[in-house]
Amino acid sequence: MQHVAAATPAAAGAHHEEHAGFWRTYVFSLDHKVIGIQYMMTALLFLFLGFTLMMLMRWQIAYPTRGIPGEWFALLPAVIGLAAVAVGAYSKRRLTLLVGLLFGGIAWLVWWMVSDETLFPEGIMLPELYNSFGAMHGTIMIFLGVVPLAVGGFGNYVVPLQVGAPDMAFPKLNMMSYWSYFAGGVVMLTSFFVPGGAANSGWTSYPPLADIATTGQTVWLFGMVFLITSSLLGSVNFIVTIVQLRAKGLTFMRLPFFVWAQFVTSFLLLLAFPPLEGAAILQLMDRLAGTSFFLPSGLVISGQVLDVAGGGSPLLWQHLFWFLAHPEVYVLILPAMGIVAEIIANNTRKPLWGYRSLVYASIFLGFMSFIVWAHHMFMTGMGTVISTFFQTTTMIISIPSVIILSALIISLWGGSIRYTVPMLFAIAFLPMFGIGGLTGLPLGLAPTDIHLHDTYYVIGHFHYVVAPGTIFALFAGIYYWYPKVTGRMMSEALGKVHFWGSLICMNGIFFPMLIQGLAGVSRRLYDGGTQYAHAQNVLQWNEVMSISAWALALFQIPFILNFFWSMKKGKQVESDNPWGATTLEWQTPTPPPHGNFTSIPEVYRGPYEYSAPDAAKDYTPQNVP
Amino acid sequence: MQIPYTVTTRPDTGLHNAKLGIWLFLASEVMLFGSLFSAYILLRVAAVEWPHGSQLLNVPLAFINTVILIASSVTMVLSWASLKMKDFAKYRRYMGLTILCGFGFLIIKAFEYGAKFSHGIFPAEDLFYATYFTLTGLHGLHVIGGIIVNAYFWGPGSRLWNTEPERFTNRVEVAGLYWHFVDLVWIFLFPTLYLL
Repeated sequence: MQHVAAATPAAAGAHHEEHAGFWRTYVFSLDHKVIGIQYMMTALLFLFLGFTLMMLMRWQIAYPTRGIPGEWFALLPAVIGLAAVAVGAYSKRRLTLLVGLLFGGIAWLVWWMVSDETLFPEGIMLPELYNSFGAMHGTIMIFLGVVPLAVGGFGNYVVPLQVGAPDMAFPKLNMMSYWSYFAGGVVMLTSFFVPGGAANSGWTSYPPLADIATTGQTVWLFGMVFLITSSLLGSVNFIVTIVQLRAKGLTFMRLPFFVWAQFVTSFLLLLAFPPLEGAAILQLMDRLAGTSFFLPSGLVISGQVLDVAGGGSPLLWQHLFWFLAHPEVYVLILPAMGIVAEIIANNTRKPLWGYRSLVYASIFLGFMSFIVWAHHMFMTGMGTVISTFFQTTTMIISIPSVIILSALIISLWGGSIRYTVPMLFAIAFLPMFGIGGLTGLPLGLAPTDIHLHDTYYVIGHFHYVVAPGTIFALFAGIYYWYPKVTGRMMSEALGKVHFWGSLICMNGIFFPMLIQGLAGVSRRLYDGGTQYAHAQNVLQWNEVMSISAWALALFQIPFILNFFWSMKKGKQVESDNPWGATTLEWQTPTPPPHGNFTSIPEVYRGPYEYSAPDAAKDYTPQNVP
Repeated sequence: MQIPYTVTTRPDTGLHNAKLGIWLFLASEVMLFGSLFSAYILLRVAAVEWPHGSQLLNVPLAFINTVILIASSVTMVLSWASLKMKDFAKYRRYMGLTILCGFGFLIIKAFEYGAKFSHGIFPAEDLFYATYFTLTGLHGLHVIGGIIVNAYFWGPGSRLWNTEPERFTNRVEVAGLYWHFVDLVWIFLFPTLYLL
């Protein structure tokens, strides 16, 4: 690796941790970069696991009466695992070796479940298992996959570098939030093995169903407490880092948009998660202490009146849950927008259009996201007055989203665009998120929501936001920052295969959902709608979606190969700033040493000074006087 | 490179890192208890009948507990002020008193719980007791957390005084902010559950 900027590498290592042992350096590290990588690897594995659950479910939806060929589903993670173990052993990289073993673990989990006659009698998934996979797919993807990757992974690695700080404000807290997340993940995984299986009341855990569900639900709640704690510690850390540790001259209006996005996201996590923690405590009391916070009087289950005090309100859970879960939508999307903004400015070689509007729009978005939650509850009978209020706020919140998306699209105008792999993902994010956002409007209006509520249309809508939206932005971020983290570039050719394959497959999965949903097909159906008369005309799409999902998995192979192969064999970067970027994370040695900067950085200009007419190069870094 | 503003304040924000951190943490705690208070209001408004806390719960004991907690907040401030005046022995005394008050609160609370349990009253009894046990239980956990932190700064953590007195004073201030918050939650809980 070339330490171009590191004239005196020893100077950077004055910190006490430089010569720490293996455990302190790689496992219980206090360095934000190592913690960021830990978050990223763990979250990517959970994304793959959540996706695997869905691949199994898609077989059930497409072929409800045919036994599942389990060996094919176990084969993919097994092959990836073996390849990673081989590469890891060959190149002596413990991380690759470990990831290979974990993929092997996923393969074993799939194989164990599919070949268990009590779970898959004659190869057909039990309805209870289908419910449980559905609930865990949602939980894993959101709380263990996307948010930890976007906030824990990218936030941890990039934010301190972009604000010119030596580390996060509270390194020990940072380590604790990773390990709390890890513990939450382990708890969630163990729930697959308790009697009755993992949580099976949907990721939303609506009572009264969740109150009387099997033990897995209790484990789910405990897991959530760990994950919430992790998010709280992390968000405090991010806000303090951004407010307190900004380099000299780095005013708020000179912050890269990614930092702003993480800043607003942290406030959402900080203030929206506690009500879910409160709700989780109440549900735990219901399940363990026999209270009836969410159980109404006279509840009849299987023909018998439930023996509890009653008087509770199932609607209360929905209010508390969505008070978190709507801001959570913006937690999922804001960091993605931040990543896309960075990459667009860098690859169009011109400043972002309307930087200030982007910033104000995201602050307004964060604020508004706290008063739109009940648009998830139009069908609960809470009354037209309340519905009208939340319908109005929902229409208002679409304005800042449109401002952000428009500003990013206009930023492309007149640029001489470099179609690098990160840029391809970033450009694809724009229309994909656009579809996701626009399909949300009919759901935000109470009259149209009556038809669309709880159909596949809803699934199509939010998956367009999160899957080809956020996850594409996260891929873009991985390709973009990879050379900073490793000192090597990822392969462009493999990256393009990954991109085009994923783009086509994503649309193959989610567009038919919109069609099915408009036809009125309900979500969460065990047989994909076979038994419903109104579903018959759109039933053929089930197979298209399932095949697209499995093909999407195959198109992740070039990415996984690329990811591990390039660590050892990728093209070495020729400078510390291979993309010619302006922000501070590129003005460090590659990879950044402990303490990040060789000298304390000072900032003299805004974040996106590309192609300034009087400058020598087509970019001027923020720390150039 | 050391992390800046761990001890000194940043000129443009006027804060050191931990102080901003604890205020943010307390904001999240406000949301936690806020959500539970909201749940209480929603459940009570929707209930056909809701008992008056004063007829079921032990108001004198809870009143004593309120006094104890407020007193502990005062001793907490005094312990911090003693550090500001460089009087470490006095700090130990006041911090010790704060911890004792915390224990006193918990012991009285345990008597209250015990009295209910011995009459066969558990959280499952009805919604009133469910809210009572959940809210006071969660508050109790916060008191225990505060005692642990304070005990650490009274005992092993106080060695920092010898090397970095200013940093130690800041830590005690931050712990104090948390302790006042726990006190404040009780001041809301007492009328809500016992009097209304």
